[in-house]
Amino acid sequence: MRARRPSAGRPSAGLLAACCAASGFVLLPLGVTVWNAAHAGAAVAAALLWRPLTGFLLLNTMRLIACAVLSTGLLGTALAWAVERTDLPGKRRWAILAVVPLAIPPFITSYAWVSLSPALENFWGALLVVTVAYYPLVYLPVAAALREMDPALEETARSLGLSPTNMFVRIILPQLRPALLGGVLLVALDVLVEFGAFALLRFRTFTTAIYGAYRAGFSGAEPALLAMVLLVLCIACLTAEFFVRGRARYGRLGRGARRRAQNYPLGRWRFPVQAAFLAWTTLTIGVPLGMILYWLAQPGDAATAPVAASFAAVAGAAWSSVYLGAAGAALTMALALPLGVLAARYDGRLVTALERSAYLAQSIPGIVVALALVSLTVHALRPLYESTTLLVAAYAVLFLPLALVSVRAALTQAQPALEEAGRSLGLGRAAVLMRISLPLAAPGLGAAAALVFIAVTTELTATLLLAPIGTQTLATQIWADTSTLAFAAAAPYAAVMAVMSMAASWLLAGRFGAASVFAAVRTV
Amino acid sequence: MNQGLEILGLAKSYGATPVLREISFTVPPGGLTAILGASGSGKTTLLRLIAGFETPDAGTIRLAGTELASGAKILPPERRAIGYVAQEGALFPHLNVAGNITFGLPRAERRARHRVAELLRLLDLPQSFADRAPQELSGGQQQRVALARALAPNPRLVLLDEPFSALDAGLRAETRLAVAAALQAAGATAILVTHDQEEALSMGSQVGVLQAGRLAQISPPERLYRQPASAALANFLGEAVFLPGIAAAGRVDCALGTLSLADRHMQGSVQVMVRPEQIKVFAQAREASVAARVRGAEFYGHDALVRFAVRAGERESDVTARMFSHALPRPGEQVWLQVEGDVTAFTASAAPAFEGDASR
Repeated sequence: MRARRPSAGRPSAGLLAACCAASGFVLLPLGVTVWNAAHAGAAVAAALLWRPLTGFLLLNTMRLIACAVLSTGLLGTALAWAVERTDLPGKRRWAILAVVPLAIPPFITSYAWVSLSPALENFWGALLVVTVAYYPLVYLPVAAALREMDPALEETARSLGLSPTNMFVRIILPQLRPALLGGVLLVALDVLVEFGAFALLRFRTFTTAIYGAYRAGFSGAEPALLAMVLLVLCIACLTAEFFVRGRARYGRLGRGARRRAQNYPLGRWRFPVQAAFLAWTTLTIGVPLGMILYWLAQPGDAATAPVAASFAAVAGAAWSSVYLGAAGAALTMALALPLGVLAARYDGRLVTALERSAYLAQSIPGIVVALALVSLTVHALRPLYESTTLLVAAYAVLFLPLALVSVRAALTQAQPALEEAGRSLGLGRAAVLMRISLPLAAPGLGAAAALVFIAVTTELTATLLLAPIGTQTLATQIWADTSTLAFAAAAPYAAVMAVMSMAASWLLAGRFGAASVFAAVRTV
Repeated sequence: MNQGLEILGLAKSYGATPVLREISFTVPPGGLTAILGASGSGKTTLLRLIAGFETPDAGTIRLAGTELASGAKILPPERRAIGYVAQEGALFPHLNVAGNITFGLPRAERRARHRVAELLRLLDLPQSFADRAPQELSGGQQQRVALARALAPNPRLVLLDEPFSALDAGLRAETRLAVAAALQAAGATAILVTHDQEEALSMGSQVGVLQAGRLAQISPPERLYRQPASAALANFLGEAVFLPGIAAAGRVDCALGTLSLADRHMQGSVQVMVRPEQIKVFAQAREASVAARVRGAEFYGHDALVRFAVRAGERESDVTARMFSHALPRPGEQVWLQVEGDVTAFTASAAPAFEGDASR
């Protein structure tokens, strides 16, 4: 077997131009933020950053990340181990229930818990919500790694006299390390960029502080400087994740069907483990969905809403969410397609740089993107300020990396060998595109668009800051009602959003596997 | 006008690395030409140039009198009417077997499943396969469908790029037979590239050897095997015994006696090449036989390679003979060797340095 050279050699100028435009567009908010921060001047920057608030936020955020990494790492690995490698009864059901929390937006989970008890408005409440919402980010890669592990290694270790405990430490854990590390780094990144969940819990992190500074109408410098600190942390996480993932790939080079690994009998732990699964599922799915149902059933007296939710209001908000979701998916796909073609078909430094720059956008929190776009339009593009166009553009910046992963994978389906086969059978370039490349890529492209659609409809931060006056979406309604403790008024919006997100994820997962839903949430 | 394929002075390099240099040969219509080469010898590039997936730096490719590539004039692959079977088949995963086979036909014929039954029969595949997805077929079956797909539009030439290399030994032999039979029944002109000597020699009506981007020799398989152009080529094509000798008047004197030369014009000091299967082993002395002592044997099941020491004057030479494996002589035993048929000799005095795929 020889390495295949890319069939078309160099990308065309048009394709390169489209890719440079897309990648420049995505990096624009980063540039604006850096510009705003730099504009503050050294003295102002030092004064704004060198004060107790920054240290407090840093400590608060780091403390939460450290604890969340530990809790999600332990729980994700334990659950994955029990599902993949023991004789736990009802495995298939538990495997599905373990990933369902991915389809519930974290700020909905936060809404549910905070409406259950205001006592959760502290560090422990934040840790609970983050653990419950993000542990699948560890569970999914670890479960996949456990499934792909070669049983021969364990058999060899046993034949060399290792006890089961020793084997877990010396054989299994080292093999799980890339998956586990990658998973907890994603948890850390998501904790850094999350805004809605923490705002509802009144837990202060960088994102909520940036939002507060913006709302308080401080100069553009303060939010921008705080955003710079946050960006540095995010980019550090993403870079670490990139290297961990690069190493993880070597572990999967083996080909062919492997034997399934041996299952360990739970014995007398059978019932305690099942009980633990039941209890955990109650926390992760039962409480969020249960609280929504509870508040749905309590109109009138419990709703201290300024405006009680009417059917028309819910339908209007749902329509706005769907409309923005479709527009966001369309623009994101238009930007992702040229980059996907470039990444799937061509090689070279420029190609790698363009692709990486798009992925870099993954580390830019929604609040930073939104603020940068506000500052840009206020100063330079006034007509776009508070327009739907700007909001859709923000979605495209936020979700381009998400779309690009799927688009690239979809386009790789149509290998050059298949296209050559088509040409040798008498088809021109256009016919090859219509009859081979597109039919092969279509399902994957559809999945990419659907992922962006789900992500947009459940997005809160950018929508909150950029939505035109008068535009209410499901997310902004939940936010507005929960902020005024009108939990019952928020319930219908939360119910519609949860049903939409879970149904769409269910359809996607059924057609493309759990990994596609995983991809959806890891960048939100 | 030649109805087959003519290639003249073809050259191609990737950057500064030349991959093919000065390739010239013709493929007569109707037969199968095998191109044999180690990995990196340029054989796949040659095929891709003929198919039109790559553009040559120099040279001409002509098929049935039509120029496919000559200077700046390059016909795109879809207008060449050349079928191509890729290494792993490259079946379209979104189409079933019938959809794959009829892919290159006009729309009406695709609808009517034109030739599907006929081609499945030709490739010895059950009719029920027409509605199967390619993923449900074994590797060998996929290769056969890929050939059916290439044959469906009646191409002027079919190119096969190591079509059997991804298959395991048993399946390979079976698929090879089915493919050879189908090509013959279709009367197609075909070029097969492979790194497998046995495959090239058994399937090709002529066999070319590519070494480091040059066509070392192209001949019918028997001639290539028995009278290769160089000692290196002889070694590449199979086991060979090399002995020093003196040639005169169509005969050569060497450690195995006085042998008849294929090339009657050789004179003087030469290197004699004898294939192990030309050497017969006897328990008693016979006419024109030489004494030898058994050193050892490599057992292969159906046959064995037995190593002997032959004494000629002061020197002791190593000789290898291929024998049926049921009655092998023991090490140390004394036997007599006799060479059957003509032998080949090379004037080059250098020892053959060429081993297997050392050509890269």
